[in-house]
Amino acid sequence: MKYVVCVKLTPDTEELAEVQPEDVGSGHLDATMVLNPWDEFAVEEALQLQERFEGETVAITVGSEGSLEALKRSVAMGIEQAVLLSDEAFDGSDAWGTAHVLAEAIKQIEDSALIITGRQSVDGSSGLVPAGLAVNLGWPFVSQVAKVLDLTEEHITVLRALDGVGMQTVRVELPAVISVSKEINEPRLASFMGIRKASRLQYPTLTSADLPGLKPSQFGMAGALTTWTNLRKPPARARKCRFIEGPSAADRASALVDRLIADKVI
Amino acid sequence: MSVHSASAVSVLVYVDHVQGAARPVSWELMGKARQFGDSLALPVVALVVGHQVSDLASEAIAYGADRVLIADDAAFAQFRAGAYAATLRAAIGSAGPRVILVPATSGARDAAALAACALGVGLASDCHGVALDEDGNLLADRPVFGGNIITTIVFRGHSQMATVRPRTFPLPSPDNSRSGEIVPLAVELGELEEREEVLAVRAPEVGELSVDAANIIVAGGRGVKGPEGFAPIRELAQVLGAAVGASRAVVDAGWIPYAHQVGQTGKTVRPDLYIACGISGAIQHLAGMTNTKVVVAINKDEEAPIFSVATYGIVGDLFEIVPALTETLRARLGR
Repeated sequence: MKYVVCVKLTPDTEELAEVQPEDVGSGHLDATMVLNPWDEFAVEEALQLQERFEGETVAITVGSEGSLEALKRSVAMGIEQAVLLSDEAFDGSDAWGTAHVLAEAIKQIEDSALIITGRQSVDGSSGLVPAGLAVNLGWPFVSQVAKVLDLTEEHITVLRALDGVGMQTVRVELPAVISVSKEINEPRLASFMGIRKASRLQYPTLTSADLPGLKPSQFGMAGALTTWTNLRKPPARARKCRFIEGPSAADRASALVDRLIADKVI
Repeated sequence: MSVHSASAVSVLVYVDHVQGAARPVSWELMGKARQFGDSLALPVVALVVGHQVSDLASEAIAYGADRVLIADDAAFAQFRAGAYAATLRAAIGSAGPRVILVPATSGARDAAALAACALGVGLASDCHGVALDEDGNLLADRPVFGGNIITTIVFRGHSQMATVRPRTFPLPSPDNSRSGEIVPLAVELGELEEREEVLAVRAPEVGELSVDAANIIVAGGRGVKGPEGFAPIRELAQVLGAAVGASRAVVDAGWIPYAHQVGQTGKTVRPDLYIACGISGAIQHLAGMTNTKVVVAINKDEEAPIFSVATYGIVGDLFEIVPALTETLRARLGR
């Protein structure tokens, strides 16, 4: 049984505020690039499932040569094999296009039983690729997985968080796609041995020519059903803070309540 | 696959609910869909999925729907992504919608994504604004790069779908004199949908409001000093009928569950009032709450970045200020 983790190279969250609209899509973001923080939970979960239930781990990403770094970081954490999907023809794909490309590559990974993804990427933030993978593969999909309760040859049983509804215990047949939330685990740090292994591992690169099942109308710029336009910074959010002072906590509380009532927010 | 249907054209709204109680965002979107329907001269169709949810159908009409497609069956008693997506696919097939609006809430967004991808419909997720261009195409504003950049998504294809965050649009007033038709929606669940089974549901703690739908949020950060430090925060929240929020630091420390986390790796909220207690205001936290109408910051450190986004600030010990606020509000609001 193989656990396949889909990962992405993204800007460090500390530096997202410095990303400029005009640089997005240029391929030259002025930011430190890291393994998408949400994907760390997916990598960690694959490793934990391997520890609990055996099996093999594979990481996969789609992007430019530079995206290899996301695979290296996954391998440094303990993932055993990694595949890079890189082709100019993939550029301009929307979430459905990316999912189509990833799914065609996953179909070539023998014995893949469980696809694990993070909730979303911190750059595109659509969170759509996991569902897109499930559709392209024709497999069940469970999002917001907070815990894997059990895994057998046939099923996976998980806890899924549903806002306002609570925690569902869900069982789906394998193969399946899950996206995990940050409650699921605490990602480990890369080990020294892992980093060494990552630098020595061979990373097969697949292009569109290696994926005969690709439908030209479903990926790349031509296949995109959505396009980002008018990228801009959000309106400035700095406010002039009015400090409320007074001799006692009760006086200040009372003055604040006066303001909140006047503002009609309570 | 094309979903174009020349005979059936509409604006479709997915009505999300918790055990038959509509989430307000469903009606917020109904209000927007009504505007779209009026400007495009198209009927507004609502999709209601669940078990014993016929009351929701009449409610949908009061809020602006002309037609309600209802999939009311024990098979839909619990949310299952595949089964709910199958109903949305059937509704799209039946209504041939130009625009599809879906609440960006946890179950609904999965159903939207699965249905849109399966039907080859473009989807913009987690939008905080939607509009139409002069040709009736959907324009959807959404945050990317952790809310540091906004983009307007444009679409290709007849049907265009967006999931929209709660509290993006005002809640319209229901008009119980409106009339509309209620039509059962035939949905055949296939072999794929039957591969998912809900074994149990554990409800959230009684009386606990979810941060993303709350009008008022009282949030605690490192300044609360420990799990028990949330007690005064909870009391204030209770008096205000507010949800309890938290910064990442205190969630990571295990002082409060993740469902309460506000910020880049938690929930994005837009309440009327956000009271930040002992939260320094890391940029990742601010990204999740900056669209609040009125922000109150209570912090010992007058240099804390939270004050730069605050409407009102109190420099002081939250363990003195917060209980004082609770007392004052109890007296003034009579609660």
